Amino acid sequence: MIERKDLLGLLQPRREEIEEILDLGLKMKARLRAGDKSLDILRGKTVTTLFYENSTRTRCSFELAAKYLGAHVVNISAQSSSVQKGESLVDTGKTLDAMKNDFIVIRHPLAGAPKLLAETVKAHVVNAGDGMNEHPSQALLDFLTMKEHFGRIGGLKVAILGDIRHSRVAKSNLYGLKKLGAEVRMFAPATLMPIGLDRMGAKICASREEAADGADVIMGLRIQLERQKGGNFPSLGEYAKFYGADESLLRHAGKGAIVMHPGPVNRGVELSSELVDGDASRIEDQVLSGVAVRMAILTLLEGGTHA
Amino acid sequence: MKFLNADVVLKDKVLRADVTVEGGKIVSVDPVKGTSARAGKGDIDCTGLTVFAGLIDMHVHLRDPGFEKKEDIASGARAAVKGGFTQICCMPNTKPVIDNKVVVTYIKAKAKEADLCKIHPIGAITEGQNGENLSAIGGMKEAGIVALSEDGKSVVNTKLMANAMLYGADFGLKCLCHCEDRELADGGVVHEGYYSTLTGLKGSIRAAEDVIIAREICLAESLSLPVHICHVSTYSGVELVREAKRRGVRVTAETCPHYITLTDEVIKDFDTNTKVNPPIREERDRLALIEGLRDGTIDCIVTDHAPHHYDDKHVEYALAAFGTSGLETSFALTYTQLVRENGFPLTQLSALMSGNPASILGLEGGEITVGACADLTIADLNKKWTIDPAKFLSKGKNTPFGGREVYGEVKYTVVDGKIKYGERA
Repeated sequence: MIERKDLLGLLQPRREEIEEILDLGLKMKARLRAGDKSLDILRGKTVTTLFYENSTRTRCSFELAAKYLGAHVVNISAQSSSVQKGESLVDTGKTLDAMKNDFIVIRHPLAGAPKLLAETVKAHVVNAGDGMNEHPSQALLDFLTMKEHFGRIGGLKVAILGDIRHSRVAKSNLYGLKKLGAEVRMFAPATLMPIGLDRMGAKICASREEAADGADVIMGLRIQLERQKGGNFPSLGEYAKFYGADESLLRHAGKGAIVMHPGPVNRGVELSSELVDGDASRIEDQVLSGVAVRMAILTLLEGGTHA
Repeated sequence: MKFLNADVVLKDKVLRADVTVEGGKIVSVDPVKGTSARAGKGDIDCTGLTVFAGLIDMHVHLRDPGFEKKEDIASGARAAVKGGFTQICCMPNTKPVIDNKVVVTYIKAKAKEADLCKIHPIGAITEGQNGENLSAIGGMKEAGIVALSEDGKSVVNTKLMANAMLYGADFGLKCLCHCEDRELADGGVVHEGYYSTLTGLKGSIRAAEDVIIAREICLAESLSLPVHICHVSTYSGVELVREAKRRGVRVTAETCPHYITLTDEVIKDFDTNTKVNPPIREERDRLALIEGLRDGTIDCIVTDHAPHHYDDKHVEYALAAFGTSGLETSFALTYTQLVRENGFPLTQLSALMSGNPASILGLEGGEITVGACADLTIADLNKKWTIDPAKFLSKGKNTPFGGREVYGEVKYTVVDGKIKYGERA
């Protein structure tokens, strides 16, 4: 049983809660593979996606997850909403609550916004990414893919490479993976590595080879071009050459290592196309995991356990 | 009127004495031998109470004119006297900005109307705080400003800052410098460290403050002029000031109760009341600030009283306004932290909250001595109380200290011999 109203991140949940989501996620994934997309777990419920940042895959993934569970879905994006009229997040939340929404899935460019919303509304709030803070459903889908592939997460060595500083994905992965008993290595240009991740349990590596050495998972993070105005590195070409991952890096990894990426990939920047399209890649599987794990999240927050 | 049988905090000692005031002046301080004089009509028995020279806060935001929803001069003055302050200096980031004598005159008139504490306006360094042209400094001095400050930001153009120090000195005005390199701070809203990474809130590194502290010190040294550094928050900033003083640079500095009481762990739940500029930093910084206060590197405690309406705080952390409402908690927090926790003598507390600000700005008061203005703050130092923002007289209820237990309650605030706060006010 998940005894929390909201899923705001992976910092707070206990290991058992994360495992419960993954267990149900595996069942959901099996049903999706079998073509079973008409569950009635959330029949009569309403899920609103409230996106203050552009997103195609995460929003679509949540929308389909909700629809496969039988819920009504409303999509609000900042471009078309009252947000542009200057309404505060708190007031928007009160309005959505008054309309009897059961779930609000929020993506927001500012850290802590989902927490503020969750404190305001009665609806379940699911964080679909808040600034540089957390992106729990992305990390959970990553875990689902790892768990399905390796049969376990405890003991895995996971190397995360890329723009760690701006990455909510890296942090949610770190929090969850540490609780599940995995080793997390991180490597980034010094300009893109924040302070304190070692204190949170990450092993900060001096080179991509050190990070990849014997690793079970190589995870590339997207270089968000819109966040690179401040001169964090000279050019994409130089980034790819000195910080990117390609097949030669994969040779440092353990036997049977897999390649992951939250997408969308900048091919030839953080990961070479050969890695993205190669046998070790699980990037497409991550997408299916995403729908499945979001079905599990919505189900468990509503108080259900069945699949 | 006499204040009888009090523990009177003088410049160099604490003396059990009767303090007599007449015509707005202190006319005698008579040591109590055996029993105190009998209380006459209008006298106050101060047995068990401590009398300080009236507290002075040289860094306050009164929001008036322009932002009266957050605070106005009367509400700010009520908060000030409740907090034990007899004199406060108000920063120029109002609307319109305090950059001309008209605004100065308006504030002085409103202060007179409120008739509580003395309120001294501080003029903006540049017109409209635009960072381009010097404001009407001479005219503002005539109207009553006591210092210059660009408040809330630094003058980016270093040449213009040098000119401000030079021109201000012609009128006996010091520059009070908010030190922040905006490019380096890069929109940071908290201290950059473990907790900025944990929360995903954008951090600002110490150097964003330190480089401008260093610049202002260089200017003061090069021009042989005094300069005052506002709200130092970094251990490295303390060291810059200490080293400059050792060289003989005429630099003074202040810090605030929140920087010596809290560490950046308080941001972890996204409480927007913890959002201040400069940000609350780490334990290392907090301890260095206390040591800086102890050895005289940091000259005074100010509140940086920054009241806000809840609309300005009940939003996403990054969008929330900077600042904390501090006038009504400063004395107790500072007394508790410095005297109770760190063993500072009461004479030093008095210097930090009254004597030093008076001498930095050339204000009257700051010391209990015969002939001085009768500005007194009378407190019960053994009274333990719990901070409750709902009870603030300030319009700004924004404080990170709600629910905190502190020692030291202000019982009376006396300005020019008149009780402006306390049971008999």
